[in-house]
Formats: sequence, C-alpha cells, structure tokens
Amino acid sequence: MNKNIYKLLFAVLLMIISAINVFAENNTKKEKGFNPTPHILHHIADSYEWHLWGNVSIPLPVILYSEGSWDVFMSSAFQHGKSKVIKGDRVYKIDHHHIVEENNKEFFNFSITKNVASMFLSVLLLLIVVFRAVKAYKKPKRAPQGVQSFLEPIILFVRDDIIKSNIGPKYEKYTMFLLTVFFFILINNLLGLTPGAANVTGNISVTFVLSLFTFVIITVSANKGYWKHLVKPPGTPIALLPIMIPIEIFGVFTKPFALMIRLFANITAGHIIIFSLISLIFVASNNGINAVAGWSVAPISVAFVLFIFLIEILVAFLQAYIFTLLSAVFIGLAVKEENH
Amino acid sequence: MEINGIAAIGAGLSAIGAGIGIGMIGGKALESMARQPEHSGMIQTNMFIAAALVEGVALFGVVVALMQG
Repeated sequence: MNKNIYKLLFAVLLMIISAINVFAENNTKKEKGFNPTPHILHHIADSYEWHLWGNVSIPLPVILYSEGSWDVFMSSAFQHGKSKVIKGDRVYKIDHHHIVEENNKEFFNFSITKNVASMFLSVLLLLIVVFRAVKAYKKPKRAPQGVQSFLEPIILFVRDDIIKSNIGPKYEKYTMFLLTVFFFILINNLLGLTPGAANVTGNISVTFVLSLFTFVIITVSANKGYWKHLVKPPGTPIALLPIMIPIEIFGVFTKPFALMIRLFANITAGHIIIFSLISLIFVASNNGINAVAGWSVAPISVAFVLFIFLIEILVAFLQAYIFTLLSAVFIGLAVKEENH
Repeated sequence: MEINGIAAIGAGLSAIGAGIGIGMIGGKALESMARQPEHSGMIQTNMFIAAALVEGVALFGVVVALMQG
C-alpha cells in the first residue's frame, strides 16, 4: 500500500520536473511558441456561426436593417470571413468578428448570433422542463415525481430562503422575476460549461440586461423611505451631507453595475482558466514540435482542468444564487418599511 | 508587452485582495457557526452576501486588467 503511494509520488515528481525543464527550454526560443490568447478570446467572444470542431460549424442567420430594407442571409455566405456579401448597393464583410459595411453606411444588426441561438435553446429547454413540472401540479395531490421532484426543492429554497427572508411580507410580487432570473442564469451557466457551447452569461450585454431589470424593479417599487435616504440620509450631521448625498446617489447605480460585472467576470474568468490550463499542453509541446513534453504535461493539466471544472459547476450554482440573493436584498432595502 | 505584464500584476494584486477578504469572511463565518450552530443558516446567507461584495470589487480589477492585457 505504502509502496504504491511512493511510486505515485515519484511519478508526479518526475512529471513536474520534466514540465519545469520544458518551460526553461521554451523560454529560449519564444518567437516560435504557441500563443493561446487568440484561441481563448475566440472562445469567449460571440460569433456569427456556431463553431463546433475543426472546420465544422453551423451557419446562423444574419439579419441586417439598412435604410428601409432588410438583408437576410446565412452567415455561411461570408465563408468564415473570407468573402464579402453584396446586397443591392451594400457590401458587407467581417472585420475582427464584426460585420461592417464597406462604404461606411449605417445599419442595425439583428442577427441571430451564437449567443442568441444558445439563449433560444436554453429558454426552450427551460420551458419544456418547467411546463412538465407545472402539468404535474394540475393533477390531484400526490407525491412529486420526475422533473417535479427535482424542481420543487430548488423553487422552495429560492422562494423561502432567498426571496421571503430578504424582501419581507410583500415578497409575492417579486417571486416571478427572481425565480426566472435564477433559472435563466443557472441553465445558461450550466450550458456554457458543456463543450462547444456558447458563453451566454459571460457576455456583458446579457448580464447588463439582467441587472437593468433589477435596477428598473428597484426604482419602480421603491417606497418613500428609499428616496428620503437618498436626499437626506437620516442621522447624518449637516456638514457631512455634501459628501453623503453624492455617495448615496452613486450607490444606486453601483449596485446593479456590480451585479453585471460580477456575473460576467465570474463566468468569463472560469472559461479563461479552463482554456489556459488546456493551452499549457500546447505551450509546453511548442505547438506539437516537442511531443514528449506535451504528453508529460498533459496529465497534470487535465487533472487541474477536471478540478477547475468541478469548481465551475459549483460557481454556476453559486452565481445564480448570488445574483438572485443580491437582487432580493436590494429590492428588500427599497421596499422595507421604516421603523426608526 | 510591458502593458501586458503590468495588467497581469494588477490582476494578481486584486486576486490577493479578494483572497484575504474572502478568507477572513469564511473563517469568521465558520467560527461563528461553530459557536452558534443554530444560527448557521442566517450566517451562511450573510457570508455569501459579504463574499460577493468583496469579490465584486476584486473582479473590477480583473476586468480592467483583462481590458488592458
């Protein structure tokens, strides 16, 4: 038993030493090395086609509106950015992952990009799952089974532990929004972890809209006490008011802004870490030239990726929880009754 | 290349800050949960809120570093 552990330790040590050697060797001929940054950024970014593997990708519809006319075509017409698309007097081409018009004409872009397609997919999945559970509740009362018994504890947890305990007695109005946000973020986080999927919640526009909803709900449902706190924080000396009022007003906008950045950065950082660890193999093997080094780094790298992946599953749940929790806390602050 | 290096240092510094902050929050929360296990649910919720706030500030640093790097 003990002998085996020593053998394993020795093997790991050997691998680490060889990896260190490889890195030392790599530094001397850096110009030729493998640069993972463009690959990582390509994975993080949105795109007009759904890239699966190698040369295989699913074309998605491009919908453009320019000067009263709609131009609709599949993104395969760009041939991975190599060719231009001519519609009437408009010439479209892809420049650094963005569609531009050659004569600098203005146009609105309503394309179904990879993120939008992935969002449709996740919404569809969510609707199927939730409506199956809803159908089960229409039957006469019996023990929950199937999808219902999976969803019920989660919904009850979100309702009782997040919404009810933070918003207070008037919680019922907000359950719909908060539950929707929770499940939307959760399913997109989890789908984002599957290989080949889009990075929806790691897109700042998506998280911006989600936090905008929270901001609007806070602002609309805020009571008198909330506004009074902004213009005249109670118990503050008058000399401090010129400092406190700007801080309070600033705080109104930093709350949803922090929500936006938190979700975006957490999910994006997770994807970048996983990709960087996989890239270590190619960096070590110098893009396939030094195969031995690549093979010796691969087990360590894969083990770390597995570890980070498990953490990312935790983070997927945690971020959905945190977003819902903080939204509930902020709404609760805005609607709670003054009693001092 | 120089900008990249400084951005990486910035990301590392914000990671240190978040590490200290979240470590203290988690440690104190565990301590108080050990003292009063009956309040552990409430302590956990508040721990998550505080950790999320700390982490949010640290992520501002990471995002700025990412944009520069």
